[in-house]
Amino acid sequence: MPEPTPAVTQATLVKKAAPKSDYKPADVSPQRRVQRSFAVRLWSVRHSRLLEWFYARFADMFLTLHPLWKGIGYGRVEAPIKFVEKRVKGFMFDCRMCGQCILSSTGMSCPMNCPKQLRNGPCGGVRANGNCEVEPDMPCVWVKAWEGSRNMKHGDKILDVQKPVDQSLRETSAWLRVTAQAAAAREAARNAPKTGAPT
Amino acid sequence: MIGRQRDENPAGIHLPLEPLPGHTSRGRLERVLRRGEFAVTTELNPPDSADPEDVYNRAKIFDGWVDAINAVDASGANCHMSSVGICALLTRMGYAPIMQIACRDRNRIAIQGDVLGGAAMGVANMLCLTGDGVQAGDQPGAKPVFDLDCMSLLETCRIMRDNGKFLSGRKLTTPPQLFLGAAINPFAPPIDFRPYRLGKKIAAGAQFVQSQYCFDVPMFRTYMQQIRDLGFTEKCFILCGVGPLASAKTAKWIRSNVPGIHIPDQIVKRLEGAQDQKKEGKQLCIDIINEVKEIPGVSGVHVMAYRQEEYVAEIVDESGVLKGRQPWKREIRRDDQLVADRLDHILHDEITETQVDMVKTAH
Repeated sequence: MPEPTPAVTQATLVKKAAPKSDYKPADVSPQRRVQRSFAVRLWSVRHSRLLEWFYARFADMFLTLHPLWKGIGYGRVEAPIKFVEKRVKGFMFDCRMCGQCILSSTGMSCPMNCPKQLRNGPCGGVRANGNCEVEPDMPCVWVKAWEGSRNMKHGDKILDVQKPVDQSLRETSAWLRVTAQAAAAREAARNAPKTGAPT
Repeated sequence: MIGRQRDENPAGIHLPLEPLPGHTSRGRLERVLRRGEFAVTTELNPPDSADPEDVYNRAKIFDGWVDAINAVDASGANCHMSSVGICALLTRMGYAPIMQIACRDRNRIAIQGDVLGGAAMGVANMLCLTGDGVQAGDQPGAKPVFDLDCMSLLETCRIMRDNGKFLSGRKLTTPPQLFLGAAINPFAPPIDFRPYRLGKKIAAGAQFVQSQYCFDVPMFRTYMQQIRDLGFTEKCFILCGVGPLASAKTAKWIRSNVPGIHIPDQIVKRLEGAQDQKKEGKQLCIDIINEVKEIPGVSGVHVMAYRQEEYVAEIVDESGVLKGRQPWKREIRRDDQLVADRLDHILHDEITETQVDMVKTAH
């Protein structure tokens, strides 16, 4: 039987029934409340090409310093590096320290700022003006990511399917992890020709 | 010989079909699509009740008109009977449900368990969604999970099916046989990215996609052109989402309150100008179906008629998309009917039968 469409939804009733108070928190989702204004974040997206170039040099430098990190011990440098990383990336991108940075695949727009924390592209709810469905005042992280990626040399990395976030890596240093992995890969490549077939 | 419908297991309607070469599932929807027939799917309005009859009654009105029924997973972040529960009931009755899985409420441990459970119950189709934010629903205080996103969920299901493994690498003794689906919204920004996003979904494992409500056919046509050029229509079946608008007021409400649904002005104008807006909304839906079915690469329609489910049959019938084909219909098997009639005859008709008389009539 066709039920009459209610004039108001249950969701509206729930919102209306919420206790009235003088204090109305800003923004809709807690994810948004821990972020700052978007000015710097949007600057980073606009200058994604520059940051991509810089990041490549920066990663090389970190890799060159691998013996130093190893000498001191990755465990011992973790705290100071993390301190710097958190603040720098926090300022530039509103980094959420997921520990598995994919900024270079997302046009320098941090996907963890999406209220749904999507890492593979925009959801279907993006508003016509390009703003977030949950936070009507925030530009969609993925609309910005697409814009940013179009400026980048390797912008098509945005088309790669990303693995789900490993929650156990939260609040760890992505810089150190990437460096250690790159060093291990370099080591493996160096050892490979000895046993591998001649080319 | 017992009369049997196409795509029905002779051993029982609730059992999976014989596996066919090139098919990844044992369901009806994949067969219909792979045969090249124009598929029709719809959505079941999930009941807020613990009565199975509510589900059966809501499924019954689609009988013989649709190829599969979406069992929604708390759509709009509103609490309803779970999609797993609805699927359990529907598969029992022989229907072909599309189990929707939203990432909003469950983490990867729960989801992988549900995929196995659903497949074991005979669910052949699963639709991987991200899900709306909790803020949209009637329980805005809930914890949003979003452990996976639609893409990694698709990949997880594909890994379980093709590699026979959980995400962790642990082996499954029997992998699920699934036809994997996803959702697309060609009508929301960033418009340039949308075709590539479909490409990503195909790479992650999508075999069919259902689109968001299509009210802007030219926009959809452009999108289809783009994905045809990228070669995606050969790798994936595209089902266009359509539905009747109840009135111009509803259309305006949806436009301002439901993000992601794009309704052009001329649609609202057309509804406003109509004498009977509800009828016009239905006619509009039929007109859109007739336009989109001609677009190359469109393999079917997904009719979403929330709270107007009784119109689905009329819409499908009047648009003629089935071209005379009748999708599977739940009906009493002929042998069961024979037994029922006989019992009815013995119990309720005033007769006294003797063996001698019965032998005489039998000859």
